[in-house]
Amino acid sequence: MIPVAFDYERATSVEHALSLLAEHGDDAKLLAGGHSLLPLMKYRLAAPAVVVDIGRLSDLSYVREDGDTLAIGALTRHRDVEVSDLVHSQAGLLAAATSKVGDPQVRHRGTLGGSLAHGDPASDLPATLIALGGSLVVDGPSGRRETSVDDFFTGFLETDLADDEMLVEVRVPKAPNARWSFQKFNRRAQDWAIVGAAIQVEGDRCGVGLVNMDSRPIRAAGVEAALASGATAADAAATAADGLEPPADLNAGVEYRCHLARVLTRRGLEESGVS
Amino acid sequence: MPSILGTSVLRREDRGFLTDGATYTADLDDSRLDGAVHATYVRSTMAHADVTVDATGAFSMPGVVAVFTAEDLDGPTVLPGVVPVFAEPILNRPLLAGDRVRFVGEPVAVVLTEHPSQGEDAAEAVFVDYDPRPAVVDPEEAATDAAVVFEDVGTNVSVDFAAFGMATGHSDDAFFSDCDFVVSGRVAQPRTASAPLEVRSAACTWEDGRIILWISNQNPHGVRDALAGLYGEAAPEGIRVLVADVGGGFGAKIAPYPEEALLPWLSMKVGRPVRWFENRTENMNAVGPGRGHIHHFMLGGTSAGDLTHYRLDVLVDGGAYARIGAFLPMFTLPMTVGVYDIPNVETAARSVVTNTTPLEAYRGAGRPEATLTIERAVDMFATEAGLDPVEVRRRNYLPADAFPVTTSVGTEYDTGEYEASLDLALGAAGIDILRAEQQRRREAGEVRQLGIGVATYVEMTAGPAPGGEEYGRVEITPEGKARVLSGSLSHGQSHRTTFSMIVADRLGISPDDVELVQGDTDEVEYGGGTFASKSTQLGGSAVHDAAGAVVDEARRVAAELLEAGVDDVVLDTDTGLFHVAGSPSVTRTWADVAASADDGVLAAESKERRGCTYPFGTHVAVVEVDVETGYVRLDRHVTCDDAGVIVNPMIVEGQRHGGIAQGVAQALLEEVSYDADGNPQTTNFADYGIVSMAELPSFELVPLETPTPCNPLGAKGIGESGAIGSTPAVQNAVVDALSHLGVDHLDIPLTPQKVWAAIDTATSRGADRN
Amino acid sequence: MHVSMTINGKAVSDDVEPRTLLVHFIRENAGLTGTNIGCDSSSCGACTVHLEGEAVKSCTMLAVQADGHDLTTIEGLADGDVLHPMQQAFHECHALQCGYCTPGMVMAAVSLLDEVPNPTEAEVREGLEGNLCRCTGYHNIVAAVLQAAGSEGVSS
Repeated sequence: MIPVAFDYERATSVEHALSLLAEHGDDAKLLAGGHSLLPLMKYRLAAPAVVVDIGRLSDLSYVREDGDTLAIGALTRHRDVEVSDLVHSQAGLLAAATSKVGDPQVRHRGTLGGSLAHGDPASDLPATLIALGGSLVVDGPSGRRETSVDDFFTGFLETDLADDEMLVEVRVPKAPNARWSFQKFNRRAQDWAIVGAAIQVEGDRCGVGLVNMDSRPIRAAGVEAALASGATAADAAATAADGLEPPADLNAGVEYRCHLARVLTRRGLEESGVS
Repeated sequence: MPSILGTSVLRREDRGFLTDGATYTADLDDSRLDGAVHATYVRSTMAHADVTVDATGAFSMPGVVAVFTAEDLDGPTVLPGVVPVFAEPILNRPLLAGDRVRFVGEPVAVVLTEHPSQGEDAAEAVFVDYDPRPAVVDPEEAATDAAVVFEDVGTNVSVDFAAFGMATGHSDDAFFSDCDFVVSGRVAQPRTASAPLEVRSAACTWEDGRIILWISNQNPHGVRDALAGLYGEAAPEGIRVLVADVGGGFGAKIAPYPEEALLPWLSMKVGRPVRWFENRTENMNAVGPGRGHIHHFMLGGTSAGDLTHYRLDVLVDGGAYARIGAFLPMFTLPMTVGVYDIPNVETAARSVVTNTTPLEAYRGAGRPEATLTIERAVDMFATEAGLDPVEVRRRNYLPADAFPVTTSVGTEYDTGEYEASLDLALGAAGIDILRAEQQRRREAGEVRQLGIGVATYVEMTAGPAPGGEEYGRVEITPEGKARVLSGSLSHGQSHRTTFSMIVADRLGISPDDVELVQGDTDEVEYGGGTFASKSTQLGGSAVHDAAGAVVDEARRVAAELLEAGVDDVVLDTDTGLFHVAGSPSVTRTWADVAASADDGVLAAESKERRGCTYPFGTHVAVVEVDVETGYVRLDRHVTCDDAGVIVNPMIVEGQRHGGIAQGVAQALLEEVSYDADGNPQTTNFADYGIVSMAELPSFELVPLETPTPCNPLGAKGIGESGAIGSTPAVQNAVVDALSHLGVDHLDIPLTPQKVWAAIDTATSRGADRN
Repeated sequence: MHVSMTINGKAVSDDVEPRTLLVHFIRENAGLTGTNIGCDSSSCGACTVHLEGEAVKSCTMLAVQADGHDLTTIEGLADGDVLHPMQQAFHECHALQCGYCTPGMVMAAVSLLDEVPNPTEAEVREGLEGNLCRCTGYHNIVAAVLQAAGSEGVSS
């Protein structure tokens, strides 16, 4: 099984990558770790005419502090996020969720930015970034811009990224005292989540992101609002699926997914110290 | 010196696999395949349709050497069925489908290219025009003949086993009128993919009027014979089938498939060797899965717990053509009553055709299906009668002193100690502690409830009755070593180790001095391959007896060398030296004897027919069920499996481990699914849940050896036992975990959604009652 | 496109189509057929090799992505005739049957112990979740990895 033939361009800098995107438009796809794109290409569900390999832009692989923010380069591999002391101490939820992505081999290649830019509602990290209240730094022909995670995921496998833009950095508010929980429900360890709940509680602020509960990575806004107005974990979690349109597949119908979202949210809240 | 038999000799075949990955068919670097073209099949994307295939677009694609459709075939056009009891249109699989396709994945054209990647590109350029017809997908609907797969046959029922005297047929409900309690139910055993890690792979060339076919397969002589039927005239000098290392079979690689059977014709047409391998999607869509049974049962007995009446009705979803799977009730029906003495039994079995992948065999092949239904039925009977399912089993086992015993369905079991296996397994599991823990969790209303499931099975290896034969030959080389030729075919079962031990033990030489030859139909006169758990009991016995015959012949030669009577010459198996009894200082070596043999050949064969055997055991599964999510985790799995006399415990335990994992996966995870239009939904290892090590515990194995008189080794089969006992044990455990909530049956696979829905229904039903 | 890499200490270079998967380059261009292909969905791990010392699935990488890198395959693990401790443990624990998953399983297990030197049984089972075996039921694979790590054996 092999992709349809394509032209290969190896970017030597962000500027070079952007110029290649400008040149090829929507004929081109960026290749980072390749663990979202290559399977699609092997199944010939994606057939870009041009593949722009940004995998060697090592200056986009970092975890560093920037004031009250943790800044993570888009090309930081899952493995590097998973074992980063900074991530562990400042964004424990991100470390935990990342350790559940795929399997070790996948985490050796896949990148944080690649996972987010793919915008898959079944993926662990978009929902996690929602719970963390993060933002994304995007570079493009008109320069850099920062967008809130709430504005980034626009539809099924669709994001706020234009064809000529690339994700360069992920920013997460530091939360050294937060309590958190990542609830991933699947049949096999290596599978995508049937449903997942990413939860971070810091003082009276609570973030809840849900995996595979809508056409896009989604915030459980009702849960957050209920908690803000003093609801118990159980009562807040009971609203987790309200208004959402989860997919139905072999593993789970809509009703079961909604049920799982409520159970996992409650468990996650309780594990995060909400009673 | 004690015998090497019964000891855990490390595998002689390991080194290649561990260091350079050994040589699977796709790895072959053979000069006879130089210049090979690669074959890529174009497959139907619809389950049932009239088709027109236009291949012209593919001719001009890069690297294309040739493109063929059904109308180009001027040699064989169909692959006949394996069991010739079905109507011909159902039996014969087109090598390439011409004007009608009958399942997604059926080959409709083939492109030959210089490189495999070019084949994928060119296959996309073959245009198939589909005129859809109603797809027959559900086997129970198929049985109504509302829509038929083969109009010229007129019915979807491809075979009714009562017509062959293999089933009794059913009487009316009066059959159960003497029973205090009767339970009944429908038990579904969905299709399960064999899914060997190595997909199908083959290569073919012609050499002086002979076909040479390399194939990843369990049964090389069967492939040779099938090809002989197709190419007997085209290949006057015969057919040589070669099997390299095989990356698993599990029943999916017994008979050749059309994709493989067409290779000689393709090679002839283009005058070049042809290589072929599939990808995993093709493997999932076009390789026959197993199981695919729907059973209806009724079980009746007394209030004291005696089981007296049982009725089994089997419906098999055979898929689009009748292959091995459609005929597997031949193994289900003889095992209907399992380990129990149930005097009154009625059976029925039919296979139907549907627009799905033709069914083949999968580990257990008909016997797990019988076991699962009777083991569910016994649990349900016990629940209905208010009895402990363990005690119902104990009360109804065929007793150890009854063997050999002929069951009420006429099957003659050799040896068995069912109650011993139960006691050993329950003891190892610590059943009393488990029951107490279960009770504690119930009373505490814990989220994770405990379930304990028991299943006792008996199965038939080297079936069908009355058994079979295997070819074994032992030759002594000039160096005094042994060259062993076997018609059995290891594809993971470790014949090189086991057979070497058997032969070495008889000849008094080191297993390292035994070479095993398999997988070459020129070298090995005939053979039955490896399936039905028969390798040790048939193949091992054959080389055992051949080795014994070589010793007899060698003693005759040695007698001449030692100038003694043959009856006075002995072989000292500690040293591998011949001497005259009482005079151990004057000896002759195997090399001495071989050098003096008649015509310089010291060899012997065994071809004896031997009966099938009936290994048995008890599995105890302990599961945790999360009653909020429906997730089931297998916490422990304890088994006591009998395999008769064991040659190599390490290898036997490995076979048990593998079978257990597959059976557990069948209970919890695995199901081949189609949508209503016959589109397969589980076409890769992401959608089809092959179990990983993260979902399993380590297994707890208890030994038990009950020798069989059916062969000189006393050995029974063990390859499939794990997969037969584990599935009902896990299923019974999950139902047990939920029984206090009112759940009385759940079909496999016990997916979280299914378990949750059952809990939800049962608890809301309970709430309604309140 | 021309790619060069070091595989098992030897320089290998060739002209390939950009779409060439790393596993195909290893098998066809470098002629090292120990690395197997078992699925197409990054699920089974049969194609696992080491890239700069870390386990990766070579079916989900392009050869061009490995250009200039250092790789190890199953053929490069033993020291001459002396098996790597992981290979030896697989042999001693009967952790392979048909052998098809074995090269990938061994490479993944070596990588796991690099990252988790003294794993528990649960850590082994989670750490090798990306490698499927259809023969062994994993029991003896887990035992072998624990033995190679010098950890406690599994209950039997």
